[in-house]
Amino acid sequence: MSVAVGADRTFVDQIRRIADEVAGVHADGVDHDARFPQEAVDALREARALSAFIPAELGGGGVSTWALARACYELGRRCSSTAMIFAMHQIQVATIVRHLDAPWFEAYLRRVAAEQRLIASITSEIGTGGDMGRSIAPVTPDGDGFALEKQAPTVSYGAHADDLFTTARRSPQSEQVDQALVLHHADQTELEPTGTWDTIGMRGTCSPGFTVRTHFAFEQILTAPFATVMNETHVPVSHILWSHVWLGIATEAFERGRAFVRAAARRNPGAPVPAAHSLSRVMSELTMMRAEVDSALADFLAFDHDPERPDLATLTSVLRFNNLKLAASEQAPRVCMGVLEVIGIAAYKNDSPYGVGRHLRDALSARLMVANERIHSVDAGLLMIAKEV
Amino acid sequence: MALEYDGEIRGVLRDHARLPVDVDSLDGGADLFAAGMSSHASVSVMLALEDTFDVEFPDAMLKRSVFESISAIDAAVSELRAAA
Repeated sequence: MSVAVGADRTFVDQIRRIADEVAGVHADGVDHDARFPQEAVDALREARALSAFIPAELGGGGVSTWALARACYELGRRCSSTAMIFAMHQIQVATIVRHLDAPWFEAYLRRVAAEQRLIASITSEIGTGGDMGRSIAPVTPDGDGFALEKQAPTVSYGAHADDLFTTARRSPQSEQVDQALVLHHADQTELEPTGTWDTIGMRGTCSPGFTVRTHFAFEQILTAPFATVMNETHVPVSHILWSHVWLGIATEAFERGRAFVRAAARRNPGAPVPAAHSLSRVMSELTMMRAEVDSALADFLAFDHDPERPDLATLTSVLRFNNLKLAASEQAPRVCMGVLEVIGIAAYKNDSPYGVGRHLRDALSARLMVANERIHSVDAGLLMIAKEV
Repeated sequence: MALEYDGEIRGVLRDHARLPVDVDSLDGGADLFAAGMSSHASVSVMLALEDTFDVEFPDAMLKRSVFESISAIDAAVSELRAAA
């Protein structure tokens, strides 16, 4: 594992403090009311964390992917919704930073840093069957600029974002797989809600469906094709940051189990604590999850070392980071379930200090955000052609 | 310059790339992904190319840029057959 340098360490410490002192304090209320975690996002803005990954020369914090991942873990331990919003925002920032090739986007990154702008993403679309690699709605010439109208089944924190990063068919003549990414501002965009967000978990991400209508300038279209962005950034970085959020959730559930068995041990010093034995089994599950999350991050950092990113462009790299997503998303709820059984009724209660209901409910989202069955079907094809897995 | 394996590659694409257009309407440099080849179909194309040319694409060559056009595929196949 890489050793954090000064800026990374300071950043992670700062995020841990926000997680403990702000996000964690409001987590139950955010979950209960299915409301946006405004306090935590305000604190992240205050700490200039929304521009942490932007290079220092553009006004950002210049931290590493390692530091972003640790930050996702720290926030995930205290408030899953805050952590997932933070992760999704950073994936958008990382996309622009890593595929930066135009003055408009460079100026935009400076604005993100100066104004601590929050970016949401609109990749899902009704009619694509959950395939992010296809778009139906095209970028269409419109007067002095371009327009786009897209039916999105879920847009996380869309109504709270300053900007939106949206996939679209490159032109009305383009095939569905020929996609572009458009960065449009909230004041260029109309979001008409088409549903609600009353879910079993990740309630604070506020992710209802919208009909999205926007009008923008040509410069706001990222030059890099979305397929390249997917391979080199979107798949690996999303799966790494998400899995750190899920590891944070599972770790916190586990810690509640540990607090429970310690309290039991203190009540009857010297007496055996059967629950501790069961918790030891849960620890094995958590350890496996942590090992996969850590090794995937180490692989990414190694693959990313070459600025040309030849290793990240390969299909075996997609397979590697898909495996991370599959493993971590299945393991996180398993750990939470294990802890629920160790603690029993005190974990089932929402108002108990040993409650893990929120953690379990939040962790269940993991296998659905890009459905695991879809990822398995992609991997099934890649398995046929990969030489080493 | 004529491509060495142009005919065979077009045959593989016709059978496996599931393109919405006629393969023969594409020139050697045309972007197959922009022409509608999905990632899923590209995997079938890679497998069929390995069979047709009796080669194995090493992991480092299994990337989008190697399969993005008929001429890119031709260059990759030529390289592998020369090394065989």
